[in-house]
Amino acid sequence: MSDPIVKITGLNKWYGDFHVLRDIDLEVRKGERIVICGPSGSGKSTLIRCINALEEFQEGEIVVDGIELGPNLKHIDAVRREVGMVFQSFNLFPHLTVLDNCTLAPIWVRNIPKRDAEATAMKFLERVKIPHQANKFPGQMSGGQQQRVAIARALTMNPKVMLFDEPTSALDPEMVKEVLDTMVDLAEEGMTMLVVTHEMGFAREVANRVVFMDAGQIIEANTPNEFFASPQHARTKLFLSQILR
Amino acid sequence: MSDITASAYVRQDLLTERPAPVKTTGFIGLVRTRLLNSPTNILITIVSALLLWFTIVPSVKFLFVDAVWTGTDRTACLTENGACWPYIQAKLPQLIYGFYPEAERWRVNLTFALAAVLLVPMLVPRLPAKAINASLFFFAFPVVAFFLLHGGGISGFGLSWTAGLLQLFDDSIIGAGQVLLNLSKTSAIAPLLWVLGSLIVLVGKAIYWLIFPLTWLRDQLEASGQSVWTDFAITTAVVSLIAFALGGGVRAGWRPLAWSLATFAAIAIVIKLMGLDHGGLSVVQTRLWGGLLVTLVVSVAGIVTSLPIGIALALGRRSSIPLIRIFSIAFIEFWRGVPLITVLFFATYMLPLFLPGNFTVDGLVRALIGIALFTGAYQAENVRGGLAAIPRGQGEAAAALGLSWWKTTSLIVLPQALRHVIPNLVNSFISLFKDTSLVSIVALFDLLGSLRASFADPKWSAPSTLFTGFAFAGIIYFLFCFGMSRYSLFVEHRLNAHRRN
Repeated sequence: MSDPIVKITGLNKWYGDFHVLRDIDLEVRKGERIVICGPSGSGKSTLIRCINALEEFQEGEIVVDGIELGPNLKHIDAVRREVGMVFQSFNLFPHLTVLDNCTLAPIWVRNIPKRDAEATAMKFLERVKIPHQANKFPGQMSGGQQQRVAIARALTMNPKVMLFDEPTSALDPEMVKEVLDTMVDLAEEGMTMLVVTHEMGFAREVANRVVFMDAGQIIEANTPNEFFASPQHARTKLFLSQILR
Repeated sequence: MSDITASAYVRQDLLTERPAPVKTTGFIGLVRTRLLNSPTNILITIVSALLLWFTIVPSVKFLFVDAVWTGTDRTACLTENGACWPYIQAKLPQLIYGFYPEAERWRVNLTFALAAVLLVPMLVPRLPAKAINASLFFFAFPVVAFFLLHGGGISGFGLSWTAGLLQLFDDSIIGAGQVLLNLSKTSAIAPLLWVLGSLIVLVGKAIYWLIFPLTWLRDQLEASGQSVWTDFAITTAVVSLIAFALGGGVRAGWRPLAWSLATFAAIAIVIKLMGLDHGGLSVVQTRLWGGLLVTLVVSVAGIVTSLPIGIALALGRRSSIPLIRIFSIAFIEFWRGVPLITVLFFATYMLPLFLPGNFTVDGLVRALIGIALFTGAYQAENVRGGLAAIPRGQGEAAAALGLSWWKTTSLIVLPQALRHVIPNLVNSFISLFKDTSLVSIVALFDLLGSLRASFADPKWSAPSTLFTGFAFAGIIYFLFCFGMSRYSLFVEHRLNAHRRN
């Protein structure tokens, strides 16, 4: 077993008086694919947003690739450079072309010359199978294509970990498949992934581990086979019975 | 069951195209479908036509048909009821230059020409070298325009100015300490004031010795006679070295070094051309400026400075740092709550009372600062509207990619926010342009002020001169405002390419 690339210990977070995350401990090893599922409001999005400091937390510690992220959020930029994120609502920059979306961060954060950044961006756009749309604006593309651009955009920074926050929830059923295929490809190349999703098929096929959360805590974590075949906790059984019919 | 099967339908042969039933296109189509298609619309059309008839016909008649086109004084314009154009012709120099000395008016023309030469290529998107063009217009042009319009030369350069500025700063610190020391002789909390005063004076003395090498060097330069060029050489060397070092030193610093040297060479050429090192052009005080010149100087300076002020205040108002936020809110609300006339009066007559003794600011500059801050507060609220329209996800996505707050703001948030509010920004620019006419109440003669001054001339006193003059001023203001409005539509259309599918 290699060292954990993400290590979360004793993470607690409150929104005002509301205790959203309670004593979360989670270790993610290099190359591991983790699917986080649970009912809405269970804190799963909040959890992965803590990993790249989009949310601040009050107690606990997150270590990403040896960089410590305490409650005072000192090493935000260093962590964010190593962690890519894909959002539910894509969040592409609408005023920039697809290619500019993908070269912005390499140019302005990593100081890579424009020509090299464009070559890298085209490589990743080819990998998500939309190189011919490079000069379009995001608003001119379908949701599925936009989400694939968002994945390519995150990849151009060569992240060590990829976070997916419900990447297919805003998509038509037809487009869900193209995005999931891209994510499967990514998993096969050995990317470390934390995926919040309701796509249980994806969890079965790709995940090394499924983490089930409810009311801000981790209820159950297991391999997908064990998790789906024989859930232990009553809450997990109820959840699975509701989504798998 | 049979009902459902009966509703199935498959088309056998496709329909061919047919011509439109009644004429719905072209002029006749427009009249039929838009102007006369219902009793209400017929009524509105007739009323509008009458309205146009009663406004346009008399205007054309006054401005062109009945107008007097030639003449040398009022007698030509007494007989006719139309516009008195010879009056405008005779007063045109005054309307454009005010009391600017006739022999020096080529300087104003040259400034206008320079502005046009720099502005037009910047506004046409197809032309190249936008960065150089913009920096020339926004940084080099104002300085050149100042020395062209105002005249005068320079007695030093970067070194002398830095020394002078630091000395002024230090003097005011020592001055404040002295005031406290004097107060301590009479006050009830004397010891506290004395300690504080002594401390401030001590700090001032320390700074004096800290900057002593600089001031000493400046005095040596002034004594040497060739102060401008020696100072210039020193400044060039220092700034270029800093650019070289910050640009990456021997490894990658050659480009910044070359740029810095080229910039200084250009500055040297300008200094030499305009003879700034030995007095420059003869000084024309701003109280002699007038007419369109003042209108343009005030409005261009106001437009160019108010937008950065507005952006800074809008960002400040959304800042999470309480001090910056409170300052921005207070600043914006203060300037928005005060009429522009009050601001101009305050800037012109009361500001000098607050400034330290020998420190004077030119009257035109005072009005300029007042207008820039006033418009800046309005622009801040416009920009804030645009910032509020940007979804939170945009900032989050940029942050997740590792972009800092500054880069997120300048590359992602502001470009989108400003596009949303182009109409509002231009709205404020247009109202600023027209509000410049208010400077006439603080004894600056802009276009309108010069026009009103020209009415006093008995040589041209005729019934129609008043109307002619205001019609002319109206046309000039309209041309500028309409130009800005059309250009903003063009920019809006161009920048919003991403919103069209």
